[in-house]
Amino acid sequence: MKSEYTDSIRKEFGSVILDENVSHNETYLTVKRESAVKVCDYLYHHFDAPIVSIFATDERRTDGCFKIHYVFSLDKEDAFIIIKINIDEKSPVFGSITHKIPSANWYEREIQDMFGLVPKGHPDPRRLINFEDWPPDSYPLRKDFDIRTKPPRVKGEYVYRRVEGEGVYEIPVGPVHAGVIEPGHFRFSVAGEPILNLEIRHSYTHKGVEKLFENISIDKAVFLAERVSGDNSVAHAVAFCQAIEKIAGAKIPKRAKYTRTILLELERLYNHLGDIAGIATDVAYAFGAAHANRLKEEVMQLNESVTGSRLLRGMNTIGGVRRDIGGSEEIILEKLSSLNLDFSELMELLFASPSVADRIETTGRLYNDIAKGLHVVGPAGRASGIVRDTRRDHPYAAYGELAFDVPVLKSGDVNARTRVRSDEVYESISLIEQAFSRISDGDIKVNIREIPDGYALGYAEAPRGETLYWVKTSKNMIERCKVRDPSFCNWLAIEYAVLDNIVPDFPIINKSLSLSYSGNDM
Amino acid sequence: MTVEDELEIMGQRLNEKIKNIFGRSLHIREVDAGSCNACEVEVTALSNPIYDIERFGLHIVASPRHADMLLVTGPVTRNMELALLKTYNATPCPKLVAAMGSCACNGGIFGDTYASGGGVDKFIPVDVYIPGCPPRPQAVIFGLMVAVDKLDQKIRKKEA
Ligand code: SF4
Repeated sequence: MKSEYTDSIRKEFGSVILDENVSHNETYLTVKRESAVKVCDYLYHHFDAPIVSIFATDERRTDGCFKIHYVFSLDKEDAFIIIKINIDEKSPVFGSITHKIPSANWYEREIQDMFGLVPKGHPDPRRLINFEDWPPDSYPLRKDFDIRTKPPRVKGEYVYRRVEGEGVYEIPVGPVHAGVIEPGHFRFSVAGEPILNLEIRHSYTHKGVEKLFENISIDKAVFLAERVSGDNSVAHAVAFCQAIEKIAGAKIPKRAKYTRTILLELERLYNHLGDIAGIATDVAYAFGAAHANRLKEEVMQLNESVTGSRLLRGMNTIGGVRRDIGGSEEIILEKLSSLNLDFSELMELLFASPSVADRIETTGRLYNDIAKGLHVVGPAGRASGIVRDTRRDHPYAAYGELAFDVPVLKSGDVNARTRVRSDEVYESISLIEQAFSRISDGDIKVNIREIPDGYALGYAEAPRGETLYWVKTSKNMIERCKVRDPSFCNWLAIEYAVLDNIVPDFPIINKSLSLSYSGNDM
Repeated sequence: MTVEDELEIMGQRLNEKIKNIFGRSLHIREVDAGSCNACEVEVTALSNPIYDIERFGLHIVASPRHADMLLVTGPVTRNMELALLKTYNATPCPKLVAAMGSCACNGGIFGDTYASGGGVDKFIPVDVYIPGCPPRPQAVIFGLMVAVDKLDQKIRKKEA
């Protein structure tokens, strides 16, 4: 990375940088606690660098303090800049940056719940992860909190925003829904049919994943990564493995990189097909839904025949992949060519159907500036004019050597989100074909015996978008693992996308954003 | 044997049992008690045109009040415990509970922690356990078959 950024921070703010340290494509700058807001604001607005994660670490045992990390992505240079601040236990507060950078909102609340560090000046300091019955002064990600503790339930209340006025009423939905979907709570304020306000409440599926990472061996942690958000297993596993491989300074074999690429794209295929099927179901286009579901099932059966797992689990490991899929080249390519034909025929019919168009055009519009402010990622972001794709901006696996387009649309409605996914299906098929034509013979794994102490970012473009892991190791164990699932960024977008839409359109808007509850709550 | 053949054989057997016991279809309410969502992927698959479980007399319903059986996934998180109990209580008797997936069976990889409850049977009585992470759709159908047998036994016991 050019030192342009560090230099300009120095020039702008004088001696706020206490420490600077560069490893791989990550530059860590420790700044004075009180200047974090200014520095972050500067990076975000002046350099247009999106903030991709904010997280805390409890380093009281080694450095005598907590630390907060603000991770900025420098897309054009394939680099990251991480601003760090130290926080003393005796004064566990830090300045909130949410009023300058709206996408910081949930991260800061998460840090408050999990570490007991208070974001001062946060516009909405309610609980996010722990429910109201969780006792105060108990913070799961602090090192002195034992994972097996079962804190007693206490009395507490969670206050929802209220919309008042003549004829305004509330519709509470969930956590147990009518369909087969994950649990979460939605509270609509409506006047007649149009939605005036939606408030979402999550964390029903919080399983203590980040704490668990610190309590299991690194090998086993790959399996846990696969289960953070089940249908994005491969992307999570790859992001995690890459972080560890970066720490170990290991270069994985070319064949492993290509195999990972093929698996990642197979995962995108069945997910996108499933999302398109879901959208077709929700607009009552039963014919399209049945076919899209059939195509999804065919890809899942292909996955099973190639890897033994319908969800492609158990393939990734630290240092590469476990099994060679070279023998399946023929059946994969054959299936993809028939998929290509069937899918294009189906999309032609779907987009030509007036009853579908009527339901998806202009529905659930997510405006470009709001998408940017919330840092919406993946197909949902790209359908709202955000030109970002981890595969291209921070190439990993074999993506740097393959050609593909990043489809972007601006209209931000359900239609745009459906089309972006549909275009991405063709790109995925082409990526797998290219990968097979360029894959070379060789090992599929390097052995990494010792994992040195260190820290690094690992990332992947999951079907839902940018997925990020920051892992710190110590003595062959994980000291901290911050997982940032794409849905953690995208969930708030739904509160905006539904405004002025009618309640019956909520399911399609929700489906078109394709949000993971488990990935969000962890 | 292909997936379709396996499915056909099991499905028909299940269908007969259901007809004998219920004289109608078996109504199932799925409850996600904190799964990773992959179990939901497979429950959803059960309704796709390949498995199409409705033809075997299995019907996924929208409310526990309409259900004969709860199909529960996930390790039961602290935050879902209450919702699961409420759903269980809202289901009319006699009812069946199937724990689907390793984490519903015993907590699986998420174990028993501050956030994860360590399995469904710590909170409500479970009739059948369907292991797998996630179980394949065929395994779910097989598990449901075992559950239906159990219900038959339950009813007989009551009558005796
Ligand atoms: S059993 Fe496995 S697939 Fe099912 S919810 Fe648990 S972790 Fe996910």
